[in-house]
Amino acid sequence: MTDRNNHPLSRDALPGLGARYAAERRFERYGKIAVIFSLAFLTFLIGAIAIKGAGAFVKTEMRLEVTKELVTTYAEDDFTLLRKVILHNFSDAQGRSGRKEAYNMIAVGAEEALADALIDDVPEISEMPATFDLWLPASDDVDMANKAGLTQETLARASPQAAQWLQELSDDGRLKKTFNTGFLINGDSRDPERAGIGGAFIGSLFTLFVCLVLSFTIGIFAAIYLEEFAPRNKLTAFLEVNINNLATVPSIIFGLLGLAVFLNYFGLPRSSSLAGGMVLSLMTLPTIIIASRVSLQAVPPSIKEAALAIGTSRIQAVFHHMLPLAMPGMLTGTILGMARALGETAPLMMIGMVAFIADAPGSFTDPATALPVQVYLWADSPERAFAEKTAGAILVLLFFLVLMNLTAIILRKKLEKKW
Amino acid sequence: MSIQQYIQAPARSVEKPKIRASSVCVSYGDREVLHNIDLDILPRRITALIGPSGCGKSTFLRCINRMNDLISSCKITGEISLDGANIYDKKVDVEVLRRRIGMVFQKPNPFPKSIYDNVAYGIKLHGLTSRKEELDQKVEKSLRRAGLWDEVSDRLGASGTSLSGGQQQRLCIARAIAIEPDVILMDEPCSALDPIATARIEGLLHELKKKYTIVIVTHSMQQAARVSDYTAFFHLGDLVEKGDTETVFTNPKDNRTEAYITGRIG
Repeated sequence: MTDRNNHPLSRDALPGLGARYAAERRFERYGKIAVIFSLAFLTFLIGAIAIKGAGAFVKTEMRLEVTKELVTTYAEDDFTLLRKVILHNFSDAQGRSGRKEAYNMIAVGAEEALADALIDDVPEISEMPATFDLWLPASDDVDMANKAGLTQETLARASPQAAQWLQELSDDGRLKKTFNTGFLINGDSRDPERAGIGGAFIGSLFTLFVCLVLSFTIGIFAAIYLEEFAPRNKLTAFLEVNINNLATVPSIIFGLLGLAVFLNYFGLPRSSSLAGGMVLSLMTLPTIIIASRVSLQAVPPSIKEAALAIGTSRIQAVFHHMLPLAMPGMLTGTILGMARALGETAPLMMIGMVAFIADAPGSFTDPATALPVQVYLWADSPERAFAEKTAGAILVLLFFLVLMNLTAIILRKKLEKKW
Repeated sequence: MSIQQYIQAPARSVEKPKIRASSVCVSYGDREVLHNIDLDILPRRITALIGPSGCGKSTFLRCINRMNDLISSCKITGEISLDGANIYDKKVDVEVLRRRIGMVFQKPNPFPKSIYDNVAYGIKLHGLTSRKEELDQKVEKSLRRAGLWDEVSDRLGASGTSLSGGQQQRLCIARAIAIEPDVILMDEPCSALDPIATARIEGLLHELKKKYTIVIVTHSMQQAARVSDYTAFFHLGDLVEKGDTETVFTNPKDNRTEAYITGRIG
């Protein structure tokens, strides 16, 4: 048994080895710290948004007592009926300001919900009971206070009268939380209770569709031409440099270009998803062209030679043999480009998609807005209830971004061919 | 010279060459890689192009079916004719030319499609048949000629890339002969294969030469000696020596040829 220090193959036999190992360990530690930091930030960010945004998917409803007498008296006017129903339930509301406070307990526009409920949930007038209960959407202030759990702090924000009512309602079990379908299907609204991302979502779909059709076809054909047919000269080299540079141009520049060319010169409708999609395709084209060229380059030249040697024309060699092999890479690049387009706000603002648009677009030329723009709009709104709507919209946006990136990864794994 | 050879010799000399190259010079940019090549390739014979790496033999082979057209810096002067027609004439369509002159590459390169589609692709491409049964027959015939049918007849739908290296190369040969060319060019077809697969391909060449004119580039002098009827020795862009394989190998006139085949250079 030799002493470790004297062994000819021990670490000490090579001077400086200890320091090299230490450097290696240090480097590994730095790497781990960096990864932990980025993970922590990511968790913090998404966690914060998720906590804030979860409330957007839930809304508070309030149980109100309705009498047959009220329904028959005010059958013609839903708005008045709602007010009478509210006063019936908050009978201790005193004076003008008291009544106003009572009205403010129920969501703006709840008369529609009331009218719907009377048709769907309650028997015909002839068989209607003298009194019955209905659940109606609560106002954003009640909603927020209820979701926060009626603490001293939230109650203090309301007026004494409203705080008292809230406490009573809660104690009587007349408040409940339900899933907020309206958030997913409604269009934008000035009232947070009614605002939803449905319109923005449809707008995003329309915009992305235009963007996909344009940038995928143009991008792939441009890539094939540049890679396979373009003569190798100064002009081609110049084009290539420019395409690569375009990929890094700030997106707002593309927005300005779209404003000047598509809207002012060609006169496309303002705020339309057609113009939006065209602007976004300007932005995604360089990405798609670069990804497509890289995947064409990755096709082994032997396949192309084999095809040409059999007597295919160059176009046949590309379309029959190279394109199928390059397609997974092209699709991945396209989906990543689309994901970037989905999250883009600035260029859409330039062409007017930032306007307040309450209805979902019905065609490509209708005024539309998009998810990220909706986030921007809500983030700017003064009502406190919009804060959770903003976070909720961000969650939906993030969900679709993750979904698209996941699709890209799965597609690449699935379609990858070995040769 | 044996009596048999003596009898055959005059007959060969009057035979019209399938491919004739006269004063062919090839340059990449400013660099000339082939100088003044004159070579006749006789029909239904195997002509081997041998020589050390970088001697220009593959370049010459690729001039015959104009694969060098793909390289924009490549310039060719002189004339190569197929059955007396200049293949670099303006009226020549390379697709037609390559339909007549097939090629097998160094590395087996089947398409990532099924075995059947690999062979059927060229037939369909050139519209050689429109009926399914006829297509099946042609595919089978090509695979049989390439000596692959017995091994793959039960799995024609399998991917061509799933075969072994030797089988892949025979599939490439089947693909090349499926469109019934006159000439088959082979660019070191066995360099990526093991000795057993090589022996199979060499045996196949003897069968194929009954029907096709074959030009084979090879690094292996033994292979050239085994399979070819004629040999052309290239060195640094010059065609140093050409003639009967036996003569070139047993009685080389040029001392560079002798140095190469005895293993002193190359």
